[in-house]
Amino acid sequence: MRFYTLLQKEILRFWRVAFQTVAAPVLTALLYQLIFSHSIGQHVEPYPGVSYAAFLIPGLAMMSMLQNSFANASSSLIQAKVTGSIVFILLPPLSYLEFFLAHLLASIVRGLVVGIGVIAVTLFFAMPPFSHPVWLLLFMVLGCGVMGALGIIGGIWAEKFDQLAGFQNFIIMPLTFLSGVFYSIHSLPPFWQALSHWNPVFYMIDGFRYGCFGVSDASPWQSLAVVGVTFALLAGITLQMLRSGYKLRH
Amino acid sequence: MSAIVFDRICKQFGSFSALDEVSFRVEQGDFFALLGPNGAGKTTLISILGGLARATSGTATVMGYDVVQDYRAARSAIGIVPQELVFDPFFTVRETLRFQSGYFGIRHNDDWIDEILLNIGLAEKADTNMRKLSGGMKRRVMVAQALVHRPPVIVLDEPTAGVDVELRQSLWAFIRRLNEAGHTIVLTTHYLEEAETLCNRIAMLKQGRLIALEDKDTLMGHGSARSLRIVTTAQALPDSLMPLVTGGSGPEFELKLADCCALEDILGELRRAGIGLKDIEVTKPDLEEIFVDMMHR
Ligand SMILES: Nc1ncnc2c1ncn2[C@@H]1O[C@H](COP(=O)(O)OP(=O)(O)O)[C@@H](O)[C@H]1O
Ligand SMILES: [Mg+2]
Repeated sequence: MRFYTLLQKEILRFWRVAFQTVAAPVLTALLYQLIFSHSIGQHVEPYPGVSYAAFLIPGLAMMSMLQNSFANASSSLIQAKVTGSIVFILLPPLSYLEFFLAHLLASIVRGLVVGIGVIAVTLFFAMPPFSHPVWLLLFMVLGCGVMGALGIIGGIWAEKFDQLAGFQNFIIMPLTFLSGVFYSIHSLPPFWQALSHWNPVFYMIDGFRYGCFGVSDASPWQSLAVVGVTFALLAGITLQMLRSGYKLRH
Repeated sequence: MSAIVFDRICKQFGSFSALDEVSFRVEQGDFFALLGPNGAGKTTLISILGGLARATSGTATVMGYDVVQDYRAARSAIGIVPQELVFDPFFTVRETLRFQSGYFGIRHNDDWIDEILLNIGLAEKADTNMRKLSGGMKRRVMVAQALVHRPPVIVLDEPTAGVDVELRQSLWAFIRRLNEAGHTIVLTTHYLEEAETLCNRIAMLKQGRLIALEDKDTLMGHGSARSLRIVTTAQALPDSLMPLVTGGSGPEFELKLADCCALEDILGELRRAGIGLKDIEVTKPDLEEIFVDMMHR
């Protein structure tokens, strides 16, 4: 009941402003799709039989999902901290686990809603075969989970909105852009290719592509392992922060 | 069982000691005032009860539950109205109170929510967004948020700051009814006359230390002595009374009054000197004077 109420509140708070939190990112992804598939699309075929327009869909969808699940938890927490209204969830008998799960799940829900929206509108450009729907869903949920946990960490750590923007610009953005959203990493110079293999976001997108097309740069099992471990690690850090009351209870 | 027990609570912020070995109890049914100047540590002490702060050492319990070990039971037993005016701008008054009920594990709480809203004069604003309320109304919603789970212990940290006089009266009438219904009330306030009229027990904090803990009547009784103001028919008083004079100049004088017997002596002296009385008034020190007096000690 306690957990469910917090989850409901967190979902309602983005849903009330769905125009900004869902429609806007979907529109952005649509513009990327429009521009990139027309400017590059005619000349490349990233995988045999997969058009660039189709290739782009999972990358864009995953990028939007990741950014939005991060934004959900982090903006909710930083706002509650800056305004002080966080006391209303610190004073009740909510456990740190309930606190974590509610914020995490709300972020995943926002990520999935945005992701499904992006896929829905980009289907007008190309239709991926969605070869392995279970893998597809698994990477969607796990990817959003990783970013939801990171969003909680960022939201707790940051004391001002611009610190959070820094977190977003210097960590989240480079990780997503250097992960093969717009290209197969095989087309990168060796150094960047090697670097990408250290980027967990690469595996999220690659695993998601496997779900879409049945082909990918890395094996889906390897991607699952990397993403799973990343999630477990971040969840562990987040829970530890919440348990100790870091920056929330002095 | 006491409603609240503080046992040797210390709280350090770095090397600064905000609370120093504070121990006292609040009994069930008390209407308790926690007084002290800004920075005395009142809010910090309250934060420890709600888990917003952790004591560096010492323990605290609410209705017998340790606020750290048994935090869920302790927090369910207490409703805290924070000092700072805060609100979540996303929701209406009713939504805010429904969510707050849910955080305490309470479903279908609308009857009680309506009753609270009626009592704090916000029934008409139930479906208004929090952003659109005045400061005083937001403050009252904060009081409502602390009451959704019908806590046996209610703590209000300067609840009437920014609430206009009329509403302050109705708020106190409601809080007083809750106290009569058996809720333990603890409040900190700047308005000492509120503590004086409402509370039965008073604690005073100064620089993180407890400097007084008493029944209000006892505290008011042994404050600075009462004083006597007289208007006489003469310009001077007999010499025997001069040591008692604390102020004024003929025909109006102010005299120190140790106790009620002293009054008879003074009147006797005046009669013997043939001085008549035009007016007489005995004034009791109010809490504010006692407070100022203790803080300067
Ligand atoms: N988070 C904090 N960090 C450092 N000092 C603090 C913190 N909170 C309170 N203090 C200090 O502790 C003292 C007591 O503060 P507080 O409990 O708010 O007093 P009161 O409520 O009696 O006005 C003050 O000197 C204040 O500056
Ligand atoms: Mg205070």
